[in-house]
Amino acid sequence: MHHVLNRALLAGALALAAGTATAADKIKVGFMLPYSGTYAALGAAIENGFKLYVAEQGGKLGGRELEYFKVDDESNPAKASENANRLIKRDQVDVLVGTVHSGVAMALAKAAKGSDTTLFVTNAGADAITGPMCGPGIFRTSFSNWQPGYAMGPAAAAKGHKTAVTITWKYAAGEEQMKGFHEGFEKAGGKIVKDLTLPFPNVEFQSLLTEIASLKPDMVFAFFAGGGAVKFVQDYHASGLGKTIPLYGTGFLTDGTLKAQGDAAQGLLTTLHYADGLGTPRDQAFRAAYSKAYDNMQPDVYAVQGYDAAQLMQAGLQAVQGDIDDKAKFRAAMRGATIDSPRGKFTLSAAGNPVQDIYLRQVAGLENKMIEVAVPKLADPARGCKL
Amino acid sequence: MDASIFLIQCLNALQHGLLLFLVASGLTLIFGIMGIINLAHGSFYMIGAYMAFALGPLVDRWAGGGFAATLLLCVLLAALLGYLLEAAFFSYLYRRNHLQQVLMTYGLILVFEEVRSLLVGNDVHGVPMPAWLSGTIPLGGVMTYPVYRLFISAVGIGVALLLYWVITRTRLGMMVRAGASNREMIGSLGIDINRLYRIVFAAGVALAALAGTIAAPVSSVYPGMGHGVLIVCFVVVVIGGIGSIRGAFLAAMLVGAVETFGQVLFPAAAGVLVYLLMAAILLCKPEGLFKQG
Repeated sequence: MHHVLNRALLAGALALAAGTATAADKIKVGFMLPYSGTYAALGAAIENGFKLYVAEQGGKLGGRELEYFKVDDESNPAKASENANRLIKRDQVDVLVGTVHSGVAMALAKAAKGSDTTLFVTNAGADAITGPMCGPGIFRTSFSNWQPGYAMGPAAAAKGHKTAVTITWKYAAGEEQMKGFHEGFEKAGGKIVKDLTLPFPNVEFQSLLTEIASLKPDMVFAFFAGGGAVKFVQDYHASGLGKTIPLYGTGFLTDGTLKAQGDAAQGLLTTLHYADGLGTPRDQAFRAAYSKAYDNMQPDVYAVQGYDAAQLMQAGLQAVQGDIDDKAKFRAAMRGATIDSPRGKFTLSAAGNPVQDIYLRQVAGLENKMIEVAVPKLADPARGCKL
Repeated sequence: MDASIFLIQCLNALQHGLLLFLVASGLTLIFGIMGIINLAHGSFYMIGAYMAFALGPLVDRWAGGGFAATLLLCVLLAALLGYLLEAAFFSYLYRRNHLQQVLMTYGLILVFEEVRSLLVGNDVHGVPMPAWLSGTIPLGGVMTYPVYRLFISAVGIGVALLLYWVITRTRLGMMVRAGASNREMIGSLGIDINRLYRIVFAAGVALAALAGTIAAPVSSVYPGMGHGVLIVCFVVVVIGGIGSIRGAFLAAMLVGAVETFGQVLFPAAAGVLVYLLMAAILLCKPEGLFKQG
């Protein structure tokens, strides 16, 4: 009897010791983000956002300190598996945070799934990540390409547009957003006259603009980003089409490009899950804290996505009191969480994608001002996901 | 496609082709006459565009300058850059094999991109259009055609005529033609081939930079903008026949037309049409449309 009790005590003490040992260790967070190249600023914003939330919690999530490991993914899909494995195998991180480029994110998701590591996707919109490739440990705090595309459908139909022409690069992100728009616009009674595409990253739009002039639709819906977005908006303006055929797009058409686009972008309407001038106390507090922490830099949608990844992680860690090795409970808590994001509150779908309000925004000066909620609580259909 | 739309598309094709010609003419000169595969040629286009962005405001402030002065300054600086680059790097490449040329000029691309990143950053920038060219002409009811695009076409035609005149009517042109057909021979005739190469290279760089500078207001400036141009221009040079200005002009027009109409009529195949065109032409004429000259 005595013997058995002693043993039980000993086992209990050992278990306790083990428990405290894990709680005292730092949680390893692996950032796989673009720190160089075209998307370097986006990668920095995501990391800044993440660390801002951690700093607001006193430097701890779930009562445990964090240790960061960083890999520059260079937005290079060819190196993505190797880079992901450096974090997973060499650094043995507990969670992965990344990335911007969809091709890289797909490889990252595959590696995370293979090693059963929890992943927070902080920008890449590829539908497949929370579609056919979804998994219990895959979470996304940004958007699926389908979402902003779909939301413009009813918003444009409400403006009285019956026919539309779409134009984008012939690659995954463009085609997925157009698919969303097709669905939303046709459901609202509209008709797509023609889908125009050009090879990525070609920026010679003049012939397609002429084609639009000959088709004379009620509206044009476009997806371009970065340099292509600047040039397309300028060319559209110069072609004079805007006077009779208004241009709409997903938010990427006018995000981070307004200075270069100048007058050509003024008044354009776009859809995205974040906007300037939301005016909520939550957003204002976030913006003030961000610009204070990072010498007067204004946060953007990427910073919000990074910030929310940390919030989501906190929700999971609180449910397991910091014991991140209890993966099932950690992940279940995150899937059930409501995130009080600067963009507005959102929850996650079964596939791990945000169920969120998509805003209709209008360009005014150097801001994408919120006009209204285009579609409230929009959930990605998560086609092909078996969760 | 009705008649007016068809005519506008022809105008688009012409303008696109002429811009390609500006870049490709320099490439074909350097390739054909000096025998150098210059992968960095797209970077000179990029440098021209970034100079328009960076120097435009400076010219305005210090010289009260305006667009023409900026254009002139950019072209002169580019020619100077070409002259120095030839002396510092390319002159060592003539006797090396093509693989080494590719390695060095590829290295130059990386250097130029990094310098661009350090000096101007990685953001996309717009370049303002000169006021006197920013008007539009109404075309076919719904559409208007920017005057600036007509200006690009005019510059392209002007440069093409000038090159034609220089190559066929001047002493320099004679040396260039001779150099293209037989390099060793003109050396033995007592012509300073090194000086000739330096001039040709500087002119080639200046042409690419000119294209970049005048394209900047409509294309905006962004990292990697030279890569896409470079690939199409190699297609133009190969179709036209290496070293032939006449060939480059015709090929640029062809490629401009195929890209413009292909995008509208066969959007699914738009990405491969120019390469199909190149393959078809090389099947019939393995040396391109024109042999050198």
